[in-house]
This record gives sequence, C-alpha cells and structure tokens, in this order.
Amino acid sequence: MIEQKVVAPEQLFSEAEREEQFITGSEAVREAIKRANVDMAISYPITPQSESMHLVGDIFAEGYIKEYFRGENEFAVMSSVSGAAMAGVRVFTATGGPGTLRAFETFPTWSGARLPIVCAFLTRGLNSPLTIQPDTLEMAYMLDTGILMLHAENAQDLYDMLLKAFIIAEQPEVHIPVGVFADGFFVTHTRDNVKIAAEDIKLPPYDPNMSPVPAMDMETVPVRQMRDPFVMKSNFISYAAHASWQQEVLAAGERSRKHIDRLLGGLIEVENEDADILIMASGTAVSQSREAIALAQAEGLNVGLVKIKSLRPFPAEQLRRLAAGAKAIIVPEFNRVGWLSREVMTAVEDTTKVVGAPRVFGGMTMPPQLILEEIRRCASE
Amino acid sequence: MSKNIFRISPGFEDIMPDEYKELVESGPYGKDLGVSDMGTFKELLEEHPLCAGCGLALSLRLILASLPNPEDTVIVGSTGCSALAFPQVAVHNIHSLFGNQNAVASGLKRALKLRFPDKVKDVVVIAGDGATADIGLDMVMQSWFRSESITTIMLDNEAYANTGGQESGMTQQGAVMNMAPKGKNFPKISLPEIAREAGCSYVASISPAQPKRLEKMVRRAILTAREVGPSYVQIFSPCPTNYKFKPQETVSRIKQHQKEGHYQTKEYINTAAQEYLASIEEGKKNE
Repeated sequence: MIEQKVVAPEQLFSEAEREEQFITGSEAVREAIKRANVDMAISYPITPQSESMHLVGDIFAEGYIKEYFRGENEFAVMSSVSGAAMAGVRVFTATGGPGTLRAFETFPTWSGARLPIVCAFLTRGLNSPLTIQPDTLEMAYMLDTGILMLHAENAQDLYDMLLKAFIIAEQPEVHIPVGVFADGFFVTHTRDNVKIAAEDIKLPPYDPNMSPVPAMDMETVPVRQMRDPFVMKSNFISYAAHASWQQEVLAAGERSRKHIDRLLGGLIEVENEDADILIMASGTAVSQSREAIALAQAEGLNVGLVKIKSLRPFPAEQLRRLAAGAKAIIVPEFNRVGWLSREVMTAVEDTTKVVGAPRVFGGMTMPPQLILEEIRRCASE
Repeated sequence: MSKNIFRISPGFEDIMPDEYKELVESGPYGKDLGVSDMGTFKELLEEHPLCAGCGLALSLRLILASLPNPEDTVIVGSTGCSALAFPQVAVHNIHSLFGNQNAVASGLKRALKLRFPDKVKDVVVIAGDGATADIGLDMVMQSWFRSESITTIMLDNEAYANTGGQESGMTQQGAVMNMAPKGKNFPKISLPEIAREAGCSYVASISPAQPKRLEKMVRRAILTAREVGPSYVQIFSPCPTNYKFKPQETVSRIKQHQKEGHYQTKEYINTAAQEYLASIEEGKKNE
C-alpha cells in the first residue's frame, strides 16, 4: 500500500493546500478516491461511467485501495458492494443510465440496511431506443430510494462531493448511502480546472463500530436477529416494526442536513436572490443558466440563480422562502419528464410561478439562448 | 470473535432472556460440537416458523450443528422459505435479495479478509433451489469462476415453496406444479456437474436422511472454501406442504427417492482439496 498521512476531514477539505489540475470528470473521481481511504471498490462497465472505474482500478494497482474487482453485472456489483459494507469496510462504486436501472432493486436495500456506501452515478439516457447520450432521467427514478442525492455541476463539485459524501454517509446519526450524481459526458468527458489536495494525505478510516447497526462480522454478540428488521409475518408488531424502520431511515436522511450545510456550505447556493426571476437548477443545467444570466444581464434583465446541490434531502424550506419573493421560477433540465420542476412545485406555495422549461434530452446540449428566451418571456409578462 | 464475547456482562444476569443465557451457557461456540452431540447443546436455530416436517428446517439444523467455526461464521441467505428461519439463527446472517446471495457473499468475504487478515471468518451461503439454480444462477456461477472463498449450500426442495409451489429448475421433469400446469418440461438441472466445471474444489449432494455424512460434507465444504477454493453442497430437502405428503414422511420420502435413483449422494473433491482435507483429517485421527 502507498503511504499516505491520515488527516482530519476539515484539513483535507479546506485547510490543506490545493493544486490546480486540468482534468476530466472521470479523473476527478480518481483523485477523490485516491484521498478517500477507500478499502474496496467494485466495478462494472457502462458508458460514460467506465473510465472512472478504470482509473479507480489503476489506483488500486498503485496501492491506494486494498481490494478491487469487476463484478458480473450491475445488480451483482451493487449486491457485492452491500456485502462489503455490511462487513464493515469503506466501499465505492460507480454506475449510470441503464446500469442504474439494472441494479435498481439494490438501492432501497442499501438505505434500508443503513449502509454508508458512496456511489457515483454518471448519468446517461435510458433505452429504448439505444442511446449513450447525456440525460438525467434516471435521477427521477432514484428520488424515492432513500439514498441521499448530491448533484455535481462540474468536475470540481464531483471531486469535493465524493470525498465529503463518505463523511456525510458515515455519521452515526445518518449512516445511509450517498449517491453523487454528475451529468455523463458533459462532466465525465470534458476537462476543467480542478483544485485538489496533495495525494499523500487521506481521510481517516471508516470505523464500523460507529455504525448504528452491527457489522456482519461476528465480532458483536449475535442476538437472534438479523441486521435488518425482518418482518414478513402478518401481525401488528411486524407492521409497526417495518413502518417505524422506514420512518427511521427517512429521519436519518433528514439528519444529514446539518452535515451537508457544514461540509458543502448548504444544500443550495444562491446568487442575486432578490431578483424577480429566479432560475433553479442542478447539475450542468446550472452552468448553462450562468451563461444565460450573463446574456440576460447584458439586456438589462435582472435574474437570480439557485444552484440545488442536494436533492435528497431536498431544500424545500429554502426554495419556498426564495420563491415567495420572486415573480417567476425557471427550471431548466436535461431530461424530458422535468423531475426537478416537479420537486420545486412541491416546495413553492404558488406553483403557477414555476416554468418547467427548457427541457432538453436524448443527448442534446442546452443552448443558453433557450433559457434566455424563457427569461425574456417571464420578464415581459 | 473472541469467544468470551459470549458472556453476560456483570449485573445483567437477571434481565437477560433465558434463551440468551442458554446460548452463553451451553451454546456450541468454540466447543467443536457436531451432529452427534445434538441434544446436549443449545442449537443455533430455535423456534423457526417453517412447516411441520419441513426438509429445509431439518437440513438447516444439521448444517448449523456441522459448522466447524460457528463463532466466526456469517451466513448469507436469500429470499425463500429458508429466509423465514434466519432471524432465529444465532450467528450473524444476512437476508440478501432473491438470487444475489453469492454476490453479497463475495463482497462480504473479501471485506472480512481485509478486516481480519489473521482470523478465520467462514462465509456460508444457504439458499433454496430457486435462488441458487434459477434467478441467482449467474451470480452463483460467477462467484465460482472468480474462485471466491465461500461455501454455497443449496436447500433443494425442488420447488419455489415460499411463493406457493411453482416449478423450479430443480423440479423433476414431468411434475405438475403451479406455473407448470401440464408438467415440467425439462429435466432437473444438474448443478453439481455445473459446479464442478465452474471451478468448485469440493462438490457434494446429500440429504438429511444421512446426518453424519451430511455433517462430514458440510465441514469438508467449509474447510475447502477456507483454504483451497469455492465449494458447493446440494441438500435434498423435500417440502411436505407443496408436494402434499404427510410431515412425518419426509425422511422416508428421501430414502424412497434415493432408492429409485432420483437423488444420489455424491462427492467430488479436486486434487488440491483432497490433499488439504487428507492433511487435516489425518491430523484429527492422530490427536
């Protein structure tokens, strides 16, 4: 194994000196995992995610990770990841698009079993017809799995969010999985300046004894029960146990808010919050919105930006407050269903303010002019 | 595990459940007990909810009594009748999903090796025929291809019993079952042969009608997985409920099947496993 110094998370995240590198999103995944003190990584190929797990394999070969292998399919990989997490190690994997859907049965079981797995979802379109193009539709399906969902705008976010995800996931009061989402190709296959810490420092190791549920290692007394509340039989106690467990998992997600605030500086970032028109977006739609806002300002239009970094937990209260003072809320998205505008509508009081447009999908880029048109339209109303 | 974890903290003696006190006082942890000692120790399975006469329940009791290292064994199960019994088993056990048990076990075993490099931690998959030979076959075989150090035990009741008696890949050809209303139209899958070809170092098929041989095979399978390579044991565990025979007829039915040649006791041990098992079994004789 390569020698790295363990430092406090705060030091790695903010105090340690950072060097700027011009790297792809996939390389940002490698750089994060290099410093994350991951015990084990399990991989399975799917475009556009494969490259990131190739690079994680490379750092396994270099001695940054203790165990790495390719599983047989996404469902199996996510299952192996859960076995590893139950045994009490820090584990990482990545997938995207059809891989996410093939593995789908596993995600609610990760959160149900309180496993602090970190997974990068590098999103892409879903079949059919066959596509490998960028799209965030899979995030709509993930919203109710119980896992925490962070959405990276760029490679810098991806690097920071992945590292911080381990610390958020492993808080004893949280201890549920975190998915870090980034838009495939737009982030994974483009280069950007990313500020990263030195590679000779890493996060403190995961301590399975801090878990709210015992690791499956026969090191704690096995009372006659499984790790999960196994309540299949039809009686009132079973119903009550299962219902309360589901509520506890949701509550664990809610308890992550303060840690996301502390580590990521909030669930949202706001610019020019007093503007009449606010754009609320996540992922690379935020970058496109920044471009559109610059064009709008050149025309004398006053527009604010709300970057939503955390989708689960969802910053409903903050969005409600911001929306109250705005005339219109524009939600641009890289998918056809508009899952983010639906989410925003559940938060705001006056849903007629929410403009669920523009939406591009099937791999299309989002020209800032499309967003600008919505801004102009809202401004003239 | 340090065996003295199985003790009651001072001051808590009077509030611990009787069942737990019994485990501490006369459980099999660290005592090298086996099938012949049943009745003299607190078994690892208690008050299971399976049907009267259930072949799985009988097999599971025997498997648990045969574990060479119960204090450091983790069981991975799958959806099915056997999963109903797992909450009543006093070793750490995981209910995975339907069919992914060997994938879960792969991650678990590798992680335990990382955390406890100097300790023996046995990972034993115990799942039904639907989970092993049908929905999970891909993951079962891939774990063998990858030479994962785990033991896979199939409780073969020749049906999807928990969901109401549908045919499985392990059902005998011609049997009329739910979802095979005109009789199953392909033969029982020969998983022992597949296991052998897929890289298992030790393969056996057995039934609970031969408890001492079952014990020997389970122990051999676990020891082989620990030191040599993956192992597979298939245990014929008939289902009185779905095959509609009397609960007390389970063992006689097994014997009848064996007599008629529908089910055979078999054992395959590759050279490396033979050498390893001979060395420890010889050592035991000389003790």
